[in-house]
Amino acid sequence: MGTAEVDTADDLSSVSPDAVPVEPPHPVVVYRHRLLTRLSHWITVVCLVILVGSGLQIFNAHPALYWGDRSDRDRPLLALTARPTESGDLRGVTEILGHSVDTTGVLGVSTVDGEPVARGFPAWATLPSTQWLAMGRRWHIFFAWVFVLNGLVFALWAVLSRHLTRDLVPSGRDVARIRQSLWDHLRFRLPAGERHYNVLQKIAYLSVIGGLGPLIVLTGLAMSPWADAVVPILPAGFGGRQSARTVHFVATFAFLGFTAMHLFMVAATGVLNNVRAIVTGWSRVIEEGGGDEQGQGD
Amino acid sequence: MNRDKGIDRRRFVFRGLGLAAAALFTGCDRLSQAPWISRALGAGGGLTYRVQRALTFRWARAPEFPESARSAVFPANGTSDPDTPHYRALAANGFADWRLAVGGLVERPVRLSLAELRGLPARTQITRHDCVEGWSAIAKWTGVRLGTVLDLAGVRPGARYVVLRCADLMEESDEPYYESVDLEDAYHEQTILAYEMNDRLLPVANGAPLRLRVERQLGYKMAKYVMAIDVVESFRRIGGGHGGYWEDHGYEWYAGI
Repeated sequence: MGTAEVDTADDLSSVSPDAVPVEPPHPVVVYRHRLLTRLSHWITVVCLVILVGSGLQIFNAHPALYWGDRSDRDRPLLALTARPTESGDLRGVTEILGHSVDTTGVLGVSTVDGEPVARGFPAWATLPSTQWLAMGRRWHIFFAWVFVLNGLVFALWAVLSRHLTRDLVPSGRDVARIRQSLWDHLRFRLPAGERHYNVLQKIAYLSVIGGLGPLIVLTGLAMSPWADAVVPILPAGFGGRQSARTVHFVATFAFLGFTAMHLFMVAATGVLNNVRAIVTGWSRVIEEGGGDEQGQGD
Repeated sequence: MNRDKGIDRRRFVFRGLGLAAAALFTGCDRLSQAPWISRALGAGGGLTYRVQRALTFRWARAPEFPESARSAVFPANGTSDPDTPHYRALAANGFADWRLAVGGLVERPVRLSLAELRGLPARTQITRHDCVEGWSAIAKWTGVRLGTVLDLAGVRPGARYVVLRCADLMEESDEPYYESVDLEDAYHEQTILAYEMNDRLLPVANGAPLRLRVERQLGYKMAKYVMAIDVVESFRRIGGGHGGYWEDHGYEWYAGI
């Protein structure tokens, strides 16, 4: 009909009340992360720092990985070794799948108090920093309990509060958007100020919460001789106790990889707003016109 | 300009987070020296013991393996050749003069020769040995059930632990090796005093003439060079009071994990 092309604010405000107003995107502050999400997030951060450090300490007691039930020392998948050279120096050599790489200074041999010492991972990466297996195990097993209990509480809450189904499981609409979202991310057209998790976020968080987390706990348990007596399928399912140990190690680095990507995305999509959101719960989001107001994701 | 501000903020926040993580890490490193934190963290091990025992069928058995799964080489950890004159003399004579002394809270203390132990019902098992360091090795063990030996002597009421005293002095400290298990593990079907490994007499490197196998726990519980068995109510007054050599040096008494 006789609708004029309008592009000024004055004209917009004169649109009749029953027409849907086309508002430009505008920022609003919403409650994005509920208390339990924030709490379990930060407990996980502390656990991860301590578990990775003490885990590398434990690994250093025998810095080699194998596949199967036993450790055949002539057939490691990975071994961080120290070899004396003819001149009397120590070289750190990492053997991985039959290849040898000189990793002096970081893996195999690194400096402690100015002296090169044979140790798998360097002092700065292990907890405690000195070679101290008993204390590493204490940190590790205590915080493994914190990690597991925290994970169980979070999982239970996520199901009961419908956080899982409402915010984490991708909807049909999300699934349809995967290609587009992937393409946008690859071109660094990163979504900032979203009220809900985007589909890639949902997939990433779900795989860590439902995949990597349980995997690292189960492979950890599979190394327990007691657990193996009660649930023999535990080590067998992973291909043996030494395989479980290898998977546990790889899963650790998958966790670190996820963390690196997570921190990158936090930085790239508005660091202050993101950090504020995970500390206080409140986040500034860009409200698209006509967005639903009741469903607040966290 | 706005962009620079963004980068500054980013740097500020990440430097802050990085510092916090580093502080947590070095803080924990320092805390490791404090006895109270060690005790507090030890609660994790205690919790594991209680939960694992509560959820266990008492007689759940460690996995056993076929002959083909055995390790070509079974590493000898800890002492591999005790150098006390007493042990040397016993070994020189093929352990003919060696006696296992069973005492403590028992009805009738006994002393058993190797031949007498071999005369008791034997059990053979191929099991996986898991070292606290992280490696595993599989071997075949033959011996007498610890429960059988305890029944010979007759465990008295009030007994809670079985302490194994060993012939070797640890190199680092010159302290004698010893270990202890509770009665539940002592009477477990797979808990044996082994005198054979892989169908041959137990080699000196692996604990000749007699070593313990507690298949649901880590290797350090499996005392080698066993000389005497004491049934006790508490191990508080033995050695450093923690129930074993490595336990006195910070390791958990319960080594099920």
